[in-house]
Amino acid sequence: MENLAALTEAALKLVADADDLAELDRVRVEYLGKKGQLTALLKGLGKLSAEERPAAGAKINEAKQAVQEQISARKQAMEQAAIDARLASEAVDVTLPGRGQSTGGLHPVTRTLQRMEAIFAAVGYEVEEGPEIEDDYHNFEALNIPAHHPARAMHDTFYIDASHVLRTHTSPVQVRTMENKQPPIRIICPGRVYRCDSDLTHTPMFHQVEGLVVDKNVSFADLKGTVDQFLKAFFEADVPVRFRPSYFPFTEPSAEVDIQCTNCAGKGCRVCSHTGWLEVMGCGMVHPDVFKASGVDTDVYTGFAFGMGVERLAMLRYGVNDLRLFFENDLKFLKQF
Amino acid sequence: MKLSEQWLREWVNPDLSTAELCEQITMAGLEVDAVEPVAGEFSGVVVGEILEAEQHPDADKLRVCKVAGNGSEVMQVVCGAPNARPGIKIPFATVGASLPPGDDGKPFKIKKAKLRGVESFGMLCAQTELQMGEDDSGLWELAADAPVGADLRTYLGLNDQCIEVDLTPNRSDCLSVKGIARDVGVLNRLPVVAPEIAPVAAVIDDIFAVNLRAGEACSRYAGRVIRGVDVSAPSPLWLQEKLRRAGLRSIDAVVDVTNYVLLELGQPMHAFDLAKLSGEITVRMATPGEKLALLNDQEVELTDTTMVIADSDKALAMAGIMGGAESAVSEATTDIFLESAFFHPISLAGKARSYGLHTDSSHRFERGVDFQLQEQAVERATRLLLDIVGGQPGPLLLVENEHVPAIGTVKLRRARIESGLGFQMDDAEVVDILTRLGLELADTSADGWSFRVPSYRFDIAIEEDLLEELARIYGYNRLPTTSLQGDLTIPMREEAQVGLGAVRSQLVARGYREAITYSFVEPGLSAMFDPDNAPVALQNPISADLAVMRTSLWPGLVTALQHNLHRQQQRVRLFESGLRFVGGSEDLGKLRQEPMLAGLIYGARMEESWSSATEKVDFFDIKGDVESVLALLADPASFSFTPAKHPALHPGQTAAISRNGEVVGYVGALHPQLQSKLDLPQPPLLFEITRAAIASARLPKFEPLSKFPEVRRDIAVIVDRQLAVAELAKAIEDAAGTCLTNLKVFDVYVGKGIDPHRKSVALGLTYQHPSRTLNEDEINASVSDVVAALGEKFNASLR
Repeated sequence: MENLAALTEAALKLVADADDLAELDRVRVEYLGKKGQLTALLKGLGKLSAEERPAAGAKINEAKQAVQEQISARKQAMEQAAIDARLASEAVDVTLPGRGQSTGGLHPVTRTLQRMEAIFAAVGYEVEEGPEIEDDYHNFEALNIPAHHPARAMHDTFYIDASHVLRTHTSPVQVRTMENKQPPIRIICPGRVYRCDSDLTHTPMFHQVEGLVVDKNVSFADLKGTVDQFLKAFFEADVPVRFRPSYFPFTEPSAEVDIQCTNCAGKGCRVCSHTGWLEVMGCGMVHPDVFKASGVDTDVYTGFAFGMGVERLAMLRYGVNDLRLFFENDLKFLKQF
Repeated sequence: MKLSEQWLREWVNPDLSTAELCEQITMAGLEVDAVEPVAGEFSGVVVGEILEAEQHPDADKLRVCKVAGNGSEVMQVVCGAPNARPGIKIPFATVGASLPPGDDGKPFKIKKAKLRGVESFGMLCAQTELQMGEDDSGLWELAADAPVGADLRTYLGLNDQCIEVDLTPNRSDCLSVKGIARDVGVLNRLPVVAPEIAPVAAVIDDIFAVNLRAGEACSRYAGRVIRGVDVSAPSPLWLQEKLRRAGLRSIDAVVDVTNYVLLELGQPMHAFDLAKLSGEITVRMATPGEKLALLNDQEVELTDTTMVIADSDKALAMAGIMGGAESAVSEATTDIFLESAFFHPISLAGKARSYGLHTDSSHRFERGVDFQLQEQAVERATRLLLDIVGGQPGPLLLVENEHVPAIGTVKLRRARIESGLGFQMDDAEVVDILTRLGLELADTSADGWSFRVPSYRFDIAIEEDLLEELARIYGYNRLPTTSLQGDLTIPMREEAQVGLGAVRSQLVARGYREAITYSFVEPGLSAMFDPDNAPVALQNPISADLAVMRTSLWPGLVTALQHNLHRQQQRVRLFESGLRFVGGSEDLGKLRQEPMLAGLIYGARMEESWSSATEKVDFFDIKGDVESVLALLADPASFSFTPAKHPALHPGQTAAISRNGEVVGYVGALHPQLQSKLDLPQPPLLFEITRAAIASARLPKFEPLSKFPEVRRDIAVIVDRQLAVAELAKAIEDAAGTCLTNLKVFDVYVGKGIDPHRKSVALGLTYQHPSRTLNEDEINASVSDVVAALGEKFNASLR
């Protein structure tokens, strides 16, 4: 019993000095195991008197417990250190780029079209599409543009043969819709259109969105409201809008629509040719002749139509300064959208 | 239409600045395109008179002039102009004058100078030096009655603007000063003052007979003979100036006067040399092949749809388009015949253009000239001619036929104004606006009015046209603005329809950029990619490389690839959706305009990265992309990929894509021959599929989940190298029984340890029963069945 303190001290020292779990376990076996030195002391209790035994036993157990606690603490510390070391070794440079396929993107024209479609869809317009090689009837005649009408000269038409053209606008889709559907009609017609013209500000192909509403009691005031609301929604700004009388054979009255220049807020700049205004679309009340050609009863229904160039609006919205970029498909351009 | 602001203000003079006036007419539908000063910026220039002109002692080409005009002093000016001579009046820039800036943008200051030793005090000017015209042949000779010493700007009224109005084709009534003045008058509620045009009394009896033989194409023709004109008399300055400010050059007095009437009233006119006419005038259609030498030195062969003015022998002029050279007024002319006719717009529509011509006359006739204006125009021109070139007028001859257009009447209902424009306009205002525009109130009834349409408004025929006039004059921007009201019926929505949006998003997520290429391509490129489909050609392509409609989206995508490769891009992934045009080259009735989806990948599989090797894309990359799109349809069993041939693709790396057995597209590597023709360093991979094939999906249908365990068995079989794995898989599915729930190919091996004609295919078979646990024996039996079937069908052996 006299060496209990010394044994305990020696054991605690060994625990403190142990470098790894194996060493620690060796110390545990040597002092606390079945044949361990502290355990052996318990076996010597038999030599003591019954009065002495409980106190001596308690002391030995106390010593064993102290050593055991030290071992546990030391073990936990070692395990924690091991985890820490592993975590440290597993650290990565989180600033490196992630792995996997890069992401592409939509063409700015599509992006703009989708935005327009979403705006009109919110108030119940359906999207209609149609052929791009059109017959003369749907592209011109049904729209109140008979052969040799001066308005045909405004169109710079591509001809396939005497009676087929590349559609010069998406208006034929309106005609086809009216031929096949009963009012009320609320549609927009997006798509490619073609004009035989190519220079800095014209490409032989571009995109239009046209809209058509046919219903009872539709007035010019409704057209103005629709166009005004659309432009404000599209540009996300309370941009001033003005209507100028104009001429399209398929509408009467007709109007050109200007918005205040988005670049200079109306002060006048190069973008708006110093007028403070930008022409963005044409519109009007559907001409009765167009209704008649498509079988819509003009005694019951009235309607309006509007049309705009998608590239033009995309240019204004995103600040693109060269129309031709839209069809070069240069990745440096496409990646900006 | 160009005109001088001063000229317009002679007719109607609202209290508006130039800018306000332009804004006002623009907002009324007469869009002002440009406003330019009628002369350059200059000051200190007066009307001078050359009193003496002596030869310069030391310079052959210079003259030393004595010039009056600078106050009371006579100044010495050295001048190099060939026409410098005593007696003429010229613009005289005095010392201290400032002339319009030259190329350097700085005004040119006139100083005292010495020219070859002779002092010069000022400068005598040509038109060009004042930016007032194109004549730079010598000094600008002003009218003999020009007041010496007067400021030139004041004398010529140069504080004026040239206003260019871009008229829409319906507004032919505004192709004249008179017409624009009319609209300005209405807009400002001001009276319009027209010059007085009184009939000119005949001095001689001569007439030249006119026959109208072109039906409704020409229903009115006014003419007048004037004998004894002095064609050498120059046009007065005021006339020249008005023409110049409207963009026309002065030719001679007769032509200038007809042009003046064209601008002022809108009536195109023509003057013939009476001596060149024989018999009588006939307005008729040309005989086919009839030849005519035009005023612009062009000789045309006429067709029988072209109307001509002819005399008894031959065609003299192309009616309403251009006069002929032979019968034109020349320096030798003494007697003239003036023509002022009405040609119907439809009869002239497109005619000038078919001869490659476009004239001030054809422009107006095609759009519509006032059919009551002819006599007035002749009277106006006669008066002006008599004043300038003199002569003895004959009586005015007017010939009409039964086709003179009738004056139309249009009804306007009060209620329609409200329903059309969204507000009720005051009755008095309605009538005021329309009558000021020249309409005549024909009748008033309880619910509205009817108006007679003036002979110059070819664009007013129906009620809506009147609504537009009211709206236009009232002001579009003053009209009410409302929100559209409508039915809020919920439409049908097909869930199984896969929109293009979802397809686009899928490709974008897989690294594709969307391209938009032209629908027309170069014919050679079309033939290279799709030799079996002749393309539809354009009659009038914009250029040879955009001449045929695409039969495939690939030529456009490959062109875009080349564009990017030329700009140092090495990795390109593009897709496009749009129509292809097939089947219509012979017969447009068989044309199909099919929406397609196509893609192209090129270069490295992944963006260059720290973490992956830069492997090139191959067939299975693009096939994976296509499969990812097909996955949107949730109907994999309906699609199959089978080895195929396509003229644009590598014969060993091409699959036809089929849905329910019908070929709907192709995927593969570009054919090496095309690759080399197109000069591409590596082969791009391409796919193209019809949109119709990927538009409708299978709707999800729930199947109960099995609670029982799955069991997987892997086998590796050695089969012929040519055997398509899809066939192998099909045979396994057929043989394995209904409990096979999944089959995966997890390895394909050729090489060491395998017969070079054979390959090893490793497959994982997963089994599961919906309502019980499968036992070993059942699974072993299925696997043995599979192995046996493969052995029998493909001579397959287990590896």
